[in-house]
Amino acid sequence: MKKTIINCDLLIIGTGMAGMAASVFAANRGLSAVNAGQSGEINFASGFLDLMGVFPVQDKKQWENPWEAVDALVKEMPEHPYAKISGKEISLAFDEFTDFLYQSGVPYAGYPDKNIQMLTPVGTFKPTFRVPNSMFKGIQAYKEKNQCLIADFRGMKGFSGRQLVEVLGDKWPGLRNIRIDLPGLKGEAYPKHLARSMENMETRQSLIKLLKPHIKEEKSVGFPAIMGLCKTLEVISHLEQELGVEVFEIAVMPPSVAGSRIWTAYQTGILKKGVNVLFQKQVLSFEQSETGELIFDIGQREKELRVQAKGAVLASGRFFGKGLYADRKMIRESIFNLPVFQPESRCRWHENNFLSPKGHKLNQAGIETDEFFRPLDSSGRPAYKNLFAAGSILAHQDWTRMKCGSGLAIASAFKAVNSFIQELP
Amino acid sequence: MINMKILQNRDSFLKTQVLIIGGGVTGTGLARDLGLRGISSILVEKQDINAGASGGNHGLLHSGARYAASDSEAAAECREEGELLKKLAPQCIEDTGGLFVAVKGDNENYTADFPGMCEKSGIKADFIDIAEVLEMEPLLSPDIIAAYQVSDASIDPFMLSLDNISHARDLGAVLMRYTKLESFNIENKKIKTALVRNTVTGQETIIEPEQVVSAAGAWAGIVAGLAGIKLDLVCSMGTLLVTQSRLAKKVINRLRKASDADILVPGGTVSILGTTSVRIDDPDKCRPTIPETDYIIEQGAAMIPALETTQYIRAYSGVRPLTGSSSGDDRNVSRGFALIDHAKDRVENLTTISGGKLTTFRLMAEKTADLICRKMGISKTCTTRTVPLPGSKEGRWTAPGLAPRMWMTGHKSDDIILCECEMVSKGIIDNIIKSCRQQGEVPTLKTVGIRSRIGKGPCQGGFCSARIAAHMYDREEFSGKKGLNELREFLNERWRGKHPVLWGLPLEQAELQEALHCGFFGLEL
Ligand SMILES: Cc1cc2nc3c(=O)[nH]c(=O)nc-3n(C[C@H](O)[C@H](O)[C@H](O)COP(=O)(O)OP(=O)(O)OC[C@H]3O[C@@H](n4cnc5c(N)ncnc54)[C@H](O)[C@@H]3O)c2cc1C
Repeated sequence: MKKTIINCDLLIIGTGMAGMAASVFAANRGLSAVNAGQSGEINFASGFLDLMGVFPVQDKKQWENPWEAVDALVKEMPEHPYAKISGKEISLAFDEFTDFLYQSGVPYAGYPDKNIQMLTPVGTFKPTFRVPNSMFKGIQAYKEKNQCLIADFRGMKGFSGRQLVEVLGDKWPGLRNIRIDLPGLKGEAYPKHLARSMENMETRQSLIKLLKPHIKEEKSVGFPAIMGLCKTLEVISHLEQELGVEVFEIAVMPPSVAGSRIWTAYQTGILKKGVNVLFQKQVLSFEQSETGELIFDIGQREKELRVQAKGAVLASGRFFGKGLYADRKMIRESIFNLPVFQPESRCRWHENNFLSPKGHKLNQAGIETDEFFRPLDSSGRPAYKNLFAAGSILAHQDWTRMKCGSGLAIASAFKAVNSFIQELP
Repeated sequence: MINMKILQNRDSFLKTQVLIIGGGVTGTGLARDLGLRGISSILVEKQDINAGASGGNHGLLHSGARYAASDSEAAAECREEGELLKKLAPQCIEDTGGLFVAVKGDNENYTADFPGMCEKSGIKADFIDIAEVLEMEPLLSPDIIAAYQVSDASIDPFMLSLDNISHARDLGAVLMRYTKLESFNIENKKIKTALVRNTVTGQETIIEPEQVVSAAGAWAGIVAGLAGIKLDLVCSMGTLLVTQSRLAKKVINRLRKASDADILVPGGTVSILGTTSVRIDDPDKCRPTIPETDYIIEQGAAMIPALETTQYIRAYSGVRPLTGSSSGDDRNVSRGFALIDHAKDRVENLTTISGGKLTTFRLMAEKTADLICRKMGISKTCTTRTVPLPGSKEGRWTAPGLAPRMWMTGHKSDDIILCECEMVSKGIIDNIIKSCRQQGEVPTLKTVGIRSRIGKGPCQGGFCSARIAAHMYDREEFSGKKGLNELREFLNERWRGKHPVLWGLPLEQAELQEALHCGFFGLEL
C-alpha cells in the first residue's frame, strides 16, 4: 500500500486539553498543523477549567486568587512548569483558548482574578477558574442562598438531587430536590441521550409541565449538565422563560456532556481553521530526517500515513492518555523514549492512603524540559531542538491535587507553540 | 456521673447459652452446628463477616496433598472434609481438580516420594504425562519435570460464611456485626458476663452466657488475654495476588516442600497467586506490600511464566494464627487446629478454637460443639456431616459472574447497572440493603461491598462507588455528609489492595480514579 505523506510545520501529538490548545494556538499563528490522537480522555473531563487552586497540597490551602497561588507555588517549587511561564502568558493563553471555545459555541465564564468555588456532583466544592456559562448562575444562587430546586432524572445514575440537598443542607437551607420522571424514558437515561432529547421542543414541554407546579418560592432550578448537546444556551433560556426562574447546570460524573461539548466545539472549530486532524490515530513510530525534521508513522494500529514536520508538540498525556507507560520496575515515555523523571523505586510511587494529603510521588513524575518546554535528554540538554512538551506529561506537578490541570495544559501549549515559532528559521 | 452515663448507654442486656467471638468461617460454622443441636448462640464480630483470615485466604479446598509430607494427620483431615463439603455445600465450590508440578531444579527425591506420602493419608495422586499436563494447562512452564493430579477444588469463602450464618440465624442464632468483645467479668472461675460494644454507634451491651467460645482466629491471644490467660500464639501474614483474568482451569501447586508463592487457585473469572509467610506482631496491622508482591510474582513465574507479564487487579493479605510455636519456620507448625478448654487455666466456661484451615472448618466446629455439649451436660450429636448447607440469599451476590447472569435473564427494564465491571444493578443493591434492614442492621458502602462484587472488577470501585453512594442517598440510607465520608473510607479501603499492583493497565485506572475523586470532586480536601 502506498503511504500518504503529509508535510507540515507542526505535528501536535494528543487530543486532550493540551493537544487541543496547542492546535488552536498553532492555527491562530498561521502554522500548518496536524493534530493526531485518540480522543477519549475528554469524555472524562468535568468541563471546569482550573488554573491554580491548592498549594501546598499537604496543607490543603485553597486560594481565592489563582495568580497569587501561582506566585506562591513558583517560589517554593521552582521546578514546577508554571515557573517557565509568566502570569501574563498564562492569562493570554487562557483568553485565547476560551475565546476559541466561545467562537465555537461553548462560552465560558468566571471572574477576572478570582477562583470560583464550584459545586461538584457529589456535593463538594472545588476551586476552579472558568466554568461553562450554563453553570455560572449556580454560583450566584449558592452565594445568595436563595430558595432553589435541584431536579434530577429517573434512570440517570450517579446524580442524586437528594444527595446535594443532604450534603449542602446545613449551608443552604433553601435547597430542595425533585425527581423528574420523563414520559417515554424507560430504563437507563444516559447523559448524552438526555442531552439530545432536551434539544427537542416536545421533551422540554413535558419537562416544564412536570416541573412548573413544584416551583413555589424558588428563584432558580439546578439541573444536571444534560441541557442540550450543542444548543445548551437555547435550551436554558427557553426553560427560564417558561418556568419564570433562573436555570443553571451542575456538573455530572463522567462520561459527561460538558466534556463532549468541548470536544464537539473543538472538532468543528479546528477544522474551520484548517488544521489537519487525524482523530483516533496514534503515532506508531518516529525517526529524524537528516535535515532534522521529525518523521512519524501514524495509524490506528497499522501504519497508515507518514507525517514529516518541522517540529512537534508532545501532548500525549500521562498513563491514561498513554503518553507514559509503567511496568513493574519503571516508567517510560511511549514515543521518543525520553528520560522520565521518577521516584527511585515502585515502593515510592504511591502513598499507603489513597486520599493522603501529601499526594502521590508518582504524580510528580514526567518529562523534564528546558525553559522553552523542550524535553531534555539524559545529559540534561534538549533532546531535539524542535520537540516541545505540554500538558500533564510534564514533571514536577500534581494537577489533581493542585487543581491546575487545564491551566497547565493551556499555558504550556501556548509557550510550546510560541517557542517553536522562535525556532523557525 | 460517669457511671450513670455508662448505665444509660448499656440499654441492652442479653442472655444466651453460647457466646461466640469471631465471625469467620469457624465462628459462623459453629453457630450453625450449635443451632442444629438446638443450642442458642450469640455471635459477636468486631467488623463484618470474614473480616479476618476467612476473608484473606486462598480459597483452596485442600485435597490434603499439600500437607502429605509435613503433617499426615492434617492431610487426612483435609481429604475427608474436602470430600464432605463437595457434597454438602456444592454452591460454594468449583470442583476444578488440582495439579502438583515440579520444575527443573526442584528436589527430585521429594518428587519421587510424593505419591507414596499421599497414599499414607489416603490421598489419591495420579501421575500424568508431561505432554498431557501441558495440553491441559498450556500456560505451565515447559520446564516441568513431573506432574500429579489430585482432587483440589476452589471454594468461595464469603459465600460459605454467609450461608453458614444465614442458616444459623434461621435456627435462632443472633449475629451482632461491628460488635467487639471488650471485657469479661469473671466470678468464681467463670465468665459471668461479657461486655461488648458496637464499634459504629458506641453502644454497649452486656451478655450473660453459659459458655464462651473464642473463634477469634489470629486475635484469639487477645481474647484469651481478656480472661487473664496467656496463649502461645503467633501471627503469620500471608499475601495473595488476584490476576485480571483466569489463567488456569485447575488449582496448580508447586511440587516441593511448602514454600512461598507456589499455588495458583482459580476463582470464577480470576486466578489467585500466593502466598507468603511473614511474622507480624499485631493482627490488625496486616497489609500487602510492594516487595512482597514482586517476590510472589518472581516465584510463581518459575511454574507459570505468564505470571510475569499478566495484569493483576488486587493484592490482599490474611493472618494465620499459629499455636504452639515459638521459633523456626512457621510452615512447620501444624496446620491442624487447637481446641483449648480453658478450665485448665481456671476459667471453666471459656474455650478457644483456633488454627486449622478453611477446609476443616466444619470439623473444627463439630469438635468444639461436642466439647461445649459435654461441658453443658447436653447430649446432642452433630448433624453437619449429613445435613446439606442451604444456599442463602445473602451469599449469592458474591459469586463472580452471577450478577450478570441474573440481570440478563430476569431484569426489569428500569433496573440499571451501577457497576459495569461486574454488572451489579440497582436491584441487587436494593436487595442487599433490604436484607441488612431486615436484620436490624445499618447498611454501609462497605457492607454492600462485602456482599456483592462491587469494587472487585478492573476499575476497583473507581466509578461505581460514587454511583452507589448517590443511589443510597436516593434510598434515604444516607443523610448529611455520611455518604461522602463512607465514600472516602471505601476508596481508601480498596486502595490497600490496589496499591501494590499499580503498573500497566491498573495504573491507568488508578490515575483516572484520582482524576475523578481528587481532580474533580476534591474529596481529599
Ligand atoms: C494467606 C492465607 C491463605 C490461606 N489459604 C487457605 C486455603 O487456601 N485453604 C484453606 O483451607 N485455608 C486457608 N487458610 C486458612 C483459613 O483462612 C483459616 O484457617 C480460616 O479462615 C480461619 O477462620 P477463623 O474463623 O478461625 O478465623 P478468622 O477468619 O480470622 O475469624 C476471626 C474473627 O474474629 C473477629 N474478632 C477478633 N477479635 C474480636 C473481638 N474482640 N470481638 C469480636 N470479634 C473479634 C475478627 O474480626 C475475625 O473476623 C489461609 C489463611 C491465610 C492467612
